[in-house]
Amino acid sequence: MKITVCIKQVPGTSEVEVDEKTGVLKRDGIDSKMNPYDLFALESAIRIKQQFATEVTAITMGPPQAEEIIREAYMMGADDGVILSDRRFAGSDVLATAYTLSQGIARDGIPDLIICGKQTTDGDTAQVGPEIAEFLNIPHVADVRKIIDLTSEHIKVEMDMPQTVEVVEVKLPALITVAKDINEPRLPSFKLKLASAGRPVKRLSLDDFSDQDEMNYGLNGSPTQVIKIFPPPANDDHEIWEGSTTELAGRLFEQLSEKKFLQR
Amino acid sequence: MNYKQIASADIDFLVSVCGTDRVYTGKAINEDFSHDELGGVSRMPDVMVEVTSTEEVSAIMKYAYDNNIPVTPRGQGTGLVGASVAMHGGIMLNMCRMNHFLELDEDNLTLTLEPGVLLMEISKFVEERDLFYPPDPGEKSATIGGNINTNAGGMRAVKYGVTRDYVRGLEVVMPDGTVMELGGKVVKNSSGYSLKDMIVGSEGTLAIITKAILKLLPLPQKTISLLIPFPELEMAIETVPKIIKSKAIPTAIEFMERDVILAAEEFLGKKFPDNTSDAYLLLTFDGNSKEEIEKAYEKVAHICLDSGALDVFISNTQERHAAIWSARGAFLEAIKASTTEMDECDVVVPRKHVGEFVKFTRQLQDRFNIRIMSFGHAGDGNLHIYVLRDQLDEQTWKQKLHDVFEVMYSHALELGGKVSGEHGIGFAKKPYLNDSMGEYGINLLRNIKLAFDPKNILNPGKVC
Repeated sequence: MKITVCIKQVPGTSEVEVDEKTGVLKRDGIDSKMNPYDLFALESAIRIKQQFATEVTAITMGPPQAEEIIREAYMMGADDGVILSDRRFAGSDVLATAYTLSQGIARDGIPDLIICGKQTTDGDTAQVGPEIAEFLNIPHVADVRKIIDLTSEHIKVEMDMPQTVEVVEVKLPALITVAKDINEPRLPSFKLKLASAGRPVKRLSLDDFSDQDEMNYGLNGSPTQVIKIFPPPANDDHEIWEGSTTELAGRLFEQLSEKKFLQR
Repeated sequence: MNYKQIASADIDFLVSVCGTDRVYTGKAINEDFSHDELGGVSRMPDVMVEVTSTEEVSAIMKYAYDNNIPVTPRGQGTGLVGASVAMHGGIMLNMCRMNHFLELDEDNLTLTLEPGVLLMEISKFVEERDLFYPPDPGEKSATIGGNINTNAGGMRAVKYGVTRDYVRGLEVVMPDGTVMELGGKVVKNSSGYSLKDMIVGSEGTLAIITKAILKLLPLPQKTISLLIPFPELEMAIETVPKIIKSKAIPTAIEFMERDVILAAEEFLGKKFPDNTSDAYLLLTFDGNSKEEIEKAYEKVAHICLDSGALDVFISNTQERHAAIWSARGAFLEAIKASTTEMDECDVVVPRKHVGEFVKFTRQLQDRFNIRIMSFGHAGDGNLHIYVLRDQLDEQTWKQKLHDVFEVMYSHALELGGKVSGEHGIGFAKKPYLNDSMGEYGINLLRNIKLAFDPKNILNPGKVC
C-alpha cells in the first residue's frame, strides 16, 4: 500500500504577531515546526505501516527550509519525502495550494490513501485536504477520529460531526483528514535520525508537473483576495452555573455527553 | 507541652486584628486544614485565620507569644510530611491571601513577593518578561512560602540547584512578633551567620516568612527533552553517572518505570508518547540556540545508545513537551489514585548510588510482599519511593510500612544519603532524622530552635 501524508511547516508558537500595516504574519526570529495536526496524520500512516507492507511518503509545499519537517517525518518513520518548492507557488491561497499539492501527489500515480491533518494552526481553514481530493477526483472524509478498518479496497472510519459521529466506508484511493483525538503521535527518534541522515528529499517545481500553466499556481491561481489578516479575539467564553449539587451534576453530565466527552 | 487552650477572648483578639470574615472556628474550618497532601497525620486547628499583612502576622504572634498559644503557618497544604498540620491545635495562620507580587527589580534581577504566591504564578509572571525562576518542583500549586520552608528542589536541580540558591532575602516575623529583614538584594553576604539560610528549609518552626526576595535568571530561549527507553530500570539508571561524567549538563534527569506511566495514563485518560519499554530516562536541555542544545544532546544520546538504550526520542515543541510533562507532573496523584493509602520516602543519596538504591527498593517489594513504586530525580540522587497499602488491614499496613522504612532509611544512610531531599521532615519523618543525626546533632538543632523560639510556640512538634 502507498500512503502519502501532507505536512506543513507552521510557526513554532501560537502567539504569532501580525504586522498591522501589511497584514502579514511576523515570522522573523520565530522557530517553525510541523503543523501539530499533521503529526496525527503521520502517526496514523505509520501505525498502518506497522500492520501492512506500506510505503509512507511525506509531502510538503513550502520554501527550501521546509526540508526540516521532511527530515522530522523521516525521524517518525516516513520512507520518502517530497518538497514542492518554486517561486511561482508563492502567494497561493487554499485553492492554489490544494491544486499544487494534487499535482505533486499525482505525479507518480495517486497513492492508495492520502492523509492530511484536519487543519493547520496558522491558516486554520481545514479546506486544503478536501480540495486536494476534489482535484484528484477521489472520495474524502474529513475530521476522522478513528480508523475502524482498512483493506486494499476500502477504508472505514468514524467521522466526527458537530452533533454526531458517523461511520463512513469509502473506496480507495481516498483522502482522509484526521482530528487530534485519533492517536498520540510518537516522538521523533534519534536512531531514525541517524539512519535517515543521508536519505535524499525529492524536490519538485512547476516544471515537474503535468499542468505547467503558470496561471493555475501561486497568486495567479488564487481567487481569494485577502483584505485584512488579524488575530482572532482570544476566546475566554465561560459560564457560571448555580444550583444544588444534584442539579449541577446532572447539568454537567448533560453537557459532557452533548460534547461527546462521555458516552451514554 | 503546656499551651493555653483557645478561649473566646483569644477569638475576640483575632477578630479585632483580622475582622470576622477571616477568622474561622469549629465546623467553619474546612476539614482539609486538618491534614496535608499525604494525609497520614491529622489534627484540626482550634482557630484558622487568613492573614493579609506582615502587621497582622506580627500582632498575632506577639499575642500568641504573650499568651503561650501554639501557631502553625500554612500555605496550600501540598506538603507530604505533616509540617503544616497543627499538631497541638491552637492558631493556624493561613498565608494564602498574602499572594501579591510586590516588585520586579530588573536592575538587580530580583523578584519580591508575598509567601502565598503560587509556583505556577511565578513562572508565568517571570517568563512573560523573559526571565526565569529555575526551581521546578512537580507540585505547581504549592506556595513559594511552602517551597522556601521545605527548600524544595524539583527537576531542574541538576543544573540550577534548589530553592535555597534562589532566595536572596526574607522578611520574617519572629515568634514574639518582631519583624526582621534577613539577607536582601545583595549578591554576596558574609555578614555573620546566615539567618536567612536557617529559615530556608525550617518548615515554619523558626519564623514566619512574610516576604521573599528571589533571584532570577534570563530565560533560556530553547528547551529540548529526550525520552529514552531502556529494556530495564537498572540499565537506565546505570547510564546516569555516565551522563554526568560526560560533563554535559542537562537541566533535569528523571527516571520512570512503565507501571508508573501506565498509572498516569489511566489517571489522566491520556496516552503517553511511548509506553512499550520497562524503564525510561527523561532528560531536558536548555540553552539559547538550537545548535547549542543539539550539540549537547547528541553527545548524551550516543552515550545512552551505547549503554543499551532502545532509542532516544526527541521532544522539541510545546505539544510534545506537554504530552510528556503533563504525565510526569501527574505521577504522584496517579500512584495515589491506584491504591487505598500510601506513604513516601524522599531520601537523597550520592548520585552514583541511585541505581543501587533503586535496585534495593525493588528487592524490598518481594521481601516484604508489598507494592512499592518509585520515580525521581536520577540526576540529583533524590528519590521518591511510595509504599502502597492496597488491601492490607490497618495493623499489617502500619507494621510493614514501619519495617520497610526502617530498612530503606538505614540503607540510604549507609550509602551516605540523607533522610529528605526536598519534602522535609515535618512530623512524619522525625524518627528517621533523629536516627541519622545522632544525639549531638539533634541537640544542636533543638538549641537553634530554642534560640529562635524560646517558648516553642511556633509549629511545635516538628523537625527536631
